[in-house]
Amino acid sequence: MATNAIKKPGAAEEQVLYASVLEKGMLAGLGILVITFVVYVLGIFEPYIPVEDLSRYWSMNVHDYLQAANITPGWWWASQLGKGDFLNFIGIALLAGVTIICYAAIIPTLLRKKDIVYAVLALLEVIVLSAAASGLIAGGGH
Amino acid sequence: MKRYLFPIAIFLLVFLWISPALAAVDPAAAADAGGPWWQWPIILFVVTFVMGIVAVLGGVGGGVLFVPIISGFFPFHLDFVRGCGLLVALSGALAAGPGLLKRNMASLRLAIPVAVIASACAIVGAMLGLALPTNVVQTALGATILGICVIMLTAKKSEFPEVKKPDALSTALHITGIYREESTGKDIEWRVHRTPLGLATFIIIGVMAGMFGLGAGWANVPVLNLMMGAPLKISVATSKFLLSITDTSAAWIYLNKGCVIPMMVVPSLIGIMLGSLIGVKILAKAKPTFIRWMVIGILAFAGLKALTKGLGITLF
Repeated sequence: MATNAIKKPGAAEEQVLYASVLEKGMLAGLGILVITFVVYVLGIFEPYIPVEDLSRYWSMNVHDYLQAANITPGWWWASQLGKGDFLNFIGIALLAGVTIICYAAIIPTLLRKKDIVYAVLALLEVIVLSAAASGLIAGGGH
Repeated sequence: MKRYLFPIAIFLLVFLWISPALAAVDPAAAADAGGPWWQWPIILFVVTFVMGIVAVLGGVGGGVLFVPIISGFFPFHLDFVRGCGLLVALSGALAAGPGLLKRNMASLRLAIPVAVIASACAIVGAMLGLALPTNVVQTALGATILGICVIMLTAKKSEFPEVKKPDALSTALHITGIYREESTGKDIEWRVHRTPLGLATFIIIGVMAGMFGLGAGWANVPVLNLMMGAPLKISVATSKFLLSITDTSAAWIYLNKGCVIPMMVVPSLIGIMLGSLIGVKILAKAKPTFIRWMVIGILAFAGLKALTKGLGITLF
């Protein structure tokens, strides 16, 4: 395995790359979230759940909420992007997913440096996070 | 001192304003008791804004304040509070991560092996937390928060731990680094030991982070600093960065289970991020010892509230 001996107090190439991708993704996610929230609050797109009814739902447990509001868990929200509330999920998903992109971005650099162990660890992390994001790992319900 | 009297006063005023609603035995009834729908998102924004300031000054993450306080005193169900709390902690870590990595204060080399374990276990914790009855999770959350208070009161910190010899695993993985210590102008070379024990501890940390929707920074720092021997600044910075990975996996579980309500998430997220920015500016000039004591007091109160709520006892 290639060494990653750091002799100077500077970040390694893959670390700088990770930081760069993270910064762009984070800013994009936040920006989209702010814009879509303004659209939601101003009622430009009709929300799936009327804002006046939200207080009825947010005190329920999630199982009852999904039933009462007729919402399907998982990636169903992606089919409801025409609704003002679900539009916000774009920014939320980007913030939740940017780490996966960062890890994927550094794998080629690690392989080029022949840092196979860390390339495998990074790939493992991409698999773990993608599995979580996919919705295939289902939690229980109350 | 005068600079943070204002945000503390706002925090107290908001609590006094919302206390009639919070005093209701049934928080859900309080939410339906009338008043415009937008009052709760606005209250959430103001509270999380102040929380962001206080968290930075008190040296804690947003998640550890958010979940117990919001679940204890707001009408939102714990499922949504945890989902929101994870996204809040995640966003804070995403915002801080690039700067910490570029300055080489956060170590990707240290974080990557730890993150695989912590993030996988956070998935398990999230699934467990959503499967268990709410009162069980609430009780466990209360006990954990009170435990965090004890850790904050008693845990020592070591600025530059002595690592006589790195262990075989950290040597094989080349978990080492150099950073410039600004206070002395010197380059500090660091290494770690007890890596297998540290990685094993992150199993527990990951499960708890996922189960309770907390950020786990309160546990990351002692493990990285005291157990594995990383310098304090490296430990704090790497911990903050690590949250962006651990919380990502758990956040997706909550997101896919439907535990995310944008009207809760967005005001909280923006509030705490803006508050953190102000907190960082104040931190550079303030001595936050008083704030730290206040944070411990607030956490103890919120932890007790969560514990009694879970046990079905009405103390306050």
